[in-house]
Amino acid sequence: MAVLLDVKDLTKNFGGLAAVSDVNLHLDDNELVALIGPNGAGKTTLFNLMTGQTPPSEGSISLRTNEGMQVLNGKKPYHIADMGLARTFQNIRLFKELSVLDNVLISMTSKNKENFFGSLIRTPNFYKTEARLRKEALDLLEIFEMQDLADTLASNMPYGAQRRLEIIRALATKPKILFLDEPAAGMNPEETAALTATIRQIQKDFGITVLLIEHDMSLVMNVAERIYVLQYGKLLAEGTPKEIQSNQAVIDAYLGGGV
Amino acid sequence: MKKNLKFNAIWLLIAIAGWILINVLEGVGIIDQFAENTLVLIGINIILATGLNLIIGFSGQFSLGHAGFMALGAYAAALVTQAIPTPGGFVIGMVAGMILAGVVALIIGMPTLRLKGDYLAIATMGAAEIIRIIIVNLKITNGPAGLYGLPQLANWSLVYVLVVVTTIFTVNFIHSRNGRAVMSVREDEIAAESMGINTTKFKVAAFVFGGMTAAIGGALHASYIQTIAPNDFGIMQSINILIIVVMGGIGSITGTFAAAILLGILDMVMQSFGALRMVLYSLALILIMIFRPKGLFGTWEFSVKRLFNRKKKAKEGA
Repeated sequence: MAVLLDVKDLTKNFGGLAAVSDVNLHLDDNELVALIGPNGAGKTTLFNLMTGQTPPSEGSISLRTNEGMQVLNGKKPYHIADMGLARTFQNIRLFKELSVLDNVLISMTSKNKENFFGSLIRTPNFYKTEARLRKEALDLLEIFEMQDLADTLASNMPYGAQRRLEIIRALATKPKILFLDEPAAGMNPEETAALTATIRQIQKDFGITVLLIEHDMSLVMNVAERIYVLQYGKLLAEGTPKEIQSNQAVIDAYLGGGV
Repeated sequence: MKKNLKFNAIWLLIAIAGWILINVLEGVGIIDQFAENTLVLIGINIILATGLNLIIGFSGQFSLGHAGFMALGAYAAALVTQAIPTPGGFVIGMVAGMILAGVVALIIGMPTLRLKGDYLAIATMGAAEIIRIIIVNLKITNGPAGLYGLPQLANWSLVYVLVVVTTIFTVNFIHSRNGRAVMSVREDEIAAESMGINTTKFKVAAFVFGGMTAAIGGALHASYIQTIAPNDFGIMQSINILIIVVMGGIGSITGTFAAAILLGILDMVMQSFGALRMVLYSLALILIMIFRPKGLFGTWEFSVKRLFNRKKKAKEGA
């Protein structure tokens, strides 16, 4: 399979601290990869580097596009998002005071731009596009059985639904790669099981690559095809769930003796 | 499609009915010269506050420099109408003021909109002061004495029409894709960027739009009052506009209308109280802030569409 996202020698120094150092990793088409590691290993920093929120100190990130491999370094987050990298956040960052539907519609803006004069004067085209986007957004919500909540304020929804909306919102940008930052954090076992099914379904139905950070090992071992283990900002191991489970270094660092 | 046309037609009818109502009241003699004066000031305040509400309430950027843009519109219109004292001259002056205000907003917005909260408020306040000081020191603007004896080309009808037009444009903008992008910036900038929204662009766009509408308000002010001086556009004027926005509800255009009308009438009624007027005015504000801290309307908006849908639902239920 062809490499979709290629990360080479990625390093990020915060002052004297190397939060991420010399990380090499790659994501292929239609793959479900997990990124695990102890607290403070640099997982979220790695996410922020790949999605452009923090500029890397060294190394390169490149994405395969229609015009060949393109380097993402130095590009703004909105540009990278537009190129097909979407993400969710560890601590939910929804547009709280807007409706669920608006949350999804906002994500569709970058792929459906309009000029400023067009938004002042309502042409028939405006209503047509608006109706089309509304339908697309409702269809997307329906897949996750949230169409009845379309007019609810995002902040008024229960925690699990907010997490799901974050994923839907990211999917609405029509990404090639979806980054999920601890999607199961704060969920009970049933909710986690439901989420596991959802993630599988997303990857299958949308044909996209998913990279997820997660602490819940049952979820990781269940869904991931490949796993990267990060420790102290360095890549400790890489492999299938089986390989990782039997990797002595990983067991010592993270999983603990009994797994 | 047809439905949207229906709601737009209803809004148009409301606007025309309002115009006729004021005309009739004036003909009957209920609205005298003094009341008409208040009416015009209310209209100008609505235009100013709607633009500021777009910046503060919808893009979430706390600006205290609205009077600066108003000054640009006022002086541009005043200078042009002095040279060409015709309605056409007023239009040229107003458009020139809007363009000037738009360009200045772009120049001010690019660097200052990187700031947040209080810092942005101070920076925009400073920018407005710079505009005022420049006007004080220029020869063409007649320095601190200001310009007077301007031809009166604005009347309440023109103000009314411009209130309707700017409100339609602002509301259209808010409910478009660009408008939603602007609101996403207010809600969470980091999340918005991750969803492909160019946050800087939309912040600046809202700021420029607001600045341009302020210029319209300024042009009308100059042409109706016929006298302008730099001191009319100081920090107090910015705060007066801010009061309307906060009192009506940050993020509610309906609230802006209500607050501008309420404060205008309050101001008119209290003229006879003399010095006590400002005390009562302030007291009214304090009471509103105690009992309605989110403003009169919060973020609630009046919508013909919703009204109809509710009626339909009630009918279906019965």
